[in-house]
Amino acid sequence: MQKITREQLIQKASELLENGTVSAVLGWGIGEFDYDVTPTVFSTVEELKNGFVFNDFCGANFSKYLVKKTDKIEGKILVFLKPCDTYSFNQLLTEHRFDREKVYAVGIPCEGMADIAKVKAISGDGIAAIGSDGDKLVVTTLYADEPVVIAAKDVLAERCINCKSKKHVAYDELMGEEGEVIESNRFDEVARLEAMTADERFAFWQNELSRCIRCNACRDACPACTCEKCVFDNPNSGVENKSPANEFEEKLFHIIRAYHVAGRCTDCGECSRVCPQNIPLHLLNRKFIKDMNDFYGEYQAGAEVGGRAPLVDYTTEDLEPGEVFDRGDNNA
Amino acid sequence: MNNINDTLIPKIGVITDVRIDTPDIKTFRVVTPDGKKAFDHKPGQCAMLSVPGVGEAMFSITSSPTNEEFMEFSIKKCGCVTDWLHQAEPGQQITIRGPYGKPFPVDDVFAGKDLLFIAGGVGLAPLRSVINYCRHYRDRYGKIDIVYGSRSKDDLLDYKEIIEEWATDDGVNVHLTIDNPQEGWDGHVGFVPTFVKELGFDTNKVAVLCGPPIMIKFTLDGLCEIGFDKTNVYTTLELRMKCGVGKCGRCNVGAKYVCKDGPVFRCDELEELPSEY
Amino acid sequence: MRKCSLDKINLLFKEIAKNAELYLPQDQTDGSATYKKWEEGSVWSNVLNTVRSPKDFFFPQTEDLMAFKTEGKNIEVIDTRKALDDFVIFGVRACDVKSFDILDRVFLSEPVDSFYALRRSHGVIISLACGKPSETCFCKTFGINPAEPTGDISAWKNDTDIFFEANTQKGKDLLEKLIDLTEECDDTAVVEQKAKIDAIMNKLPLKDLKTDAFGGGKTAELFNAPEWDELSGACLGCGTCTFVCPTCQCYDIKDFNTGNGVIRFRCWDSCMYSDFTKMAHGNNRLTQKERFRQRFMHKLVYYPENNDGLFSCVGCGRCLVKCPISMNIVKVMKKIGGKKR
Repeated sequence: MQKITREQLIQKASELLENGTVSAVLGWGIGEFDYDVTPTVFSTVEELKNGFVFNDFCGANFSKYLVKKTDKIEGKILVFLKPCDTYSFNQLLTEHRFDREKVYAVGIPCEGMADIAKVKAISGDGIAAIGSDGDKLVVTTLYADEPVVIAAKDVLAERCINCKSKKHVAYDELMGEEGEVIESNRFDEVARLEAMTADERFAFWQNELSRCIRCNACRDACPACTCEKCVFDNPNSGVENKSPANEFEEKLFHIIRAYHVAGRCTDCGECSRVCPQNIPLHLLNRKFIKDMNDFYGEYQAGAEVGGRAPLVDYTTEDLEPGEVFDRGDNNA
Repeated sequence: MNNINDTLIPKIGVITDVRIDTPDIKTFRVVTPDGKKAFDHKPGQCAMLSVPGVGEAMFSITSSPTNEEFMEFSIKKCGCVTDWLHQAEPGQQITIRGPYGKPFPVDDVFAGKDLLFIAGGVGLAPLRSVINYCRHYRDRYGKIDIVYGSRSKDDLLDYKEIIEEWATDDGVNVHLTIDNPQEGWDGHVGFVPTFVKELGFDTNKVAVLCGPPIMIKFTLDGLCEIGFDKTNVYTTLELRMKCGVGKCGRCNVGAKYVCKDGPVFRCDELEELPSEY
Repeated sequence: MRKCSLDKINLLFKEIAKNAELYLPQDQTDGSATYKKWEEGSVWSNVLNTVRSPKDFFFPQTEDLMAFKTEGKNIEVIDTRKALDDFVIFGVRACDVKSFDILDRVFLSEPVDSFYALRRSHGVIISLACGKPSETCFCKTFGINPAEPTGDISAWKNDTDIFFEANTQKGKDLLEKLIDLTEECDDTAVVEQKAKIDAIMNKLPLKDLKTDAFGGGKTAELFNAPEWDELSGACLGCGTCTFVCPTCQCYDIKDFNTGNGVIRFRCWDSCMYSDFTKMAHGNNRLTQKERFRQRFMHKLVYYPENNDGLFSCVGCGRCLVKCPISMNIVKVMKKIGGKKR
């Protein structure tokens, strides 16, 4: 259950629209059901009242949308940012991907978002309505006689279970109380993979990546993937295949992407959230983050604007490539 | 499984001659390895040519169906496949499949009519097929006018054939123009659309337009201004294609597939389609 | 009609698999299901439907069309098609069975796509009625009845048994082979099952979705609708909807240089991708709005215009479940069709 309500957000957005601070609002648009919200640009108070929604299913990270939406808008656009979104926001600013002056950022608290697949695993399919009652979700289905009551913490999205921060690192205005950076257990799963033998690890990824349909949703949702022209969209690259020509290429796509966002990935988890095949892609990125932390000291992409990622910041204390090589060898 | 035919499986074609037409257009003569024409076609139809490992692309067949020995393709250098073809020498094999698309209605609508062909740049390539077809069956058609323009004299395609054959035919009038004055050119200078209006044709003809989209747009406007009805004007469209038979799903404009319902469209039919071409 | 106790279902699978490869929905490690080949020990999944649609069986995500050997200036075309054995797909839902009709009209119309035709001729489809449709189901909108699935054999399931009725010669032949594992029965249980499904259908949230505003000849009316801007505004341009869709059939043909020759293969393509219509000298769909519009206009207007009014959507709901931004054909139909929520 979120601590901030839809009504409070509409109130805030309406004020800012009416006093001319912003000319549009990037928010969550109501869906067919209680969980299928769509990122939407609202231009009037009327539109907000009719279509703005905020609930436990508002996971989408709006930061990347600012790259395109700020281009099209006269005046400023209001964006609501959850703590984890603010890291992507800063990272995009670091990369000069949008004009900060065209954005009015309102930080909002987040209690963690729910994963509808997890809800359905408990309530069963055929959802008629999802309401909330304190820290519980009340799910009415077409098949159960009584509503199914589920503790919100039991259906948290994976990235929210391992939330790294309730603190906003960027905003013009904050709603609700500011939180803290959290000592999360987000690297536990990476450590588990590291503890595997090379063969086991290969088998793990082989199984996960075998489901990939190369829809590119992970790339297209990723706030670190904002290249004007992606190599995988370039017909002259030789790798622009909509589907993997073979198993090797299937892995190649994800490995190249993981390398390309290394040092820039804020661990927002959008890649895994949007994957239609539930591939835990964030684990590839986390492995890189964990390694960089080990090699070069703790670094959180997007913690501040202009942060120097270890991979692009040479210092005399940097690890020698040989040490990395040896470590890889020992770990094989 | 060798006995099953599939339109996607091409035949081998041999390039037997390469003619340099303009700085960026070459004309390729293609036959099968046993020296025959790969298949019969009608004026305006296209073929898929490919270079294995490089790609496959759709080209209009430039030669007339009445040529029973070989096919010709006038190809402008502008992408992967065309770049490669421009490097090719006689003897090089490629693959060829087709014919694809709806031809010009040469045997019904065009029959007995005066014809006006208007082309810009490499747009003459598809028209050459129909022009030579109509010249071959000269008695089936009325007067033929050909308006052709390009950037410069050097960019005029098939110049030799135009001057030596087309211009000397009875009842065929050729009107050439280039965009800018040039030494050694005493013909007309100016853009095709304006030239067409200046020439001011009789409006009871069938007109056929082919060239860059911008030229087609302004020429069509011009023709309408001087009284042409869109039902008497034909043009061709070109969009990205992969299969050639209306299945791969990318060359549609509205419910029409350019590869099978086109490339030839009557301008009033075109007007019914969404402006997505 | 013949029935088999669910206790004996694995014996039935085993019997089918003796003569043909048998594919059925099986759980994956992530909790979703996919069609997998049945082997001793395989477990039939309980989920309503698979993430990937069964179009894969006839129109796989990637398939070789031919190979080339080049030597000097010479090229040899090598036919890489292989003979195919019969295979059985078990548990195909009514919506997905209907999708085969939609694909057939594309691939089996002249000139016939021999790659598709070959696979299609070897597949035997055992459909399955939907006991528990999801809130995302709207097959009824397209005239599909989940209580009456078609295919070579129709099947219904209740708590104890599974019931079969053959619809085609292929189906009859297969049921004949299963005679020892099934017993003749009347349709009482199936009629009961159908009534249950009908009752649920009337409770589905999308039961009133209508196609009235769409169909052939609506291009001029709908193409320039102002709503396309808003609807496509958040579209990421990924291919999820097209790849999970049982009726999306656009493809690309590409060459792959193995270093030892060239393989020409075909793979799924998506009209949502930025390079779908890109040519050497331009692109006629430059923005995501145009690509987005193409997908829905194709399903709701262009396809019906070319196919006797048949829509190219079966209401399976996969795009509703999988779109990263939850934009889908239902929202498009409601907005463009004028039934704003």
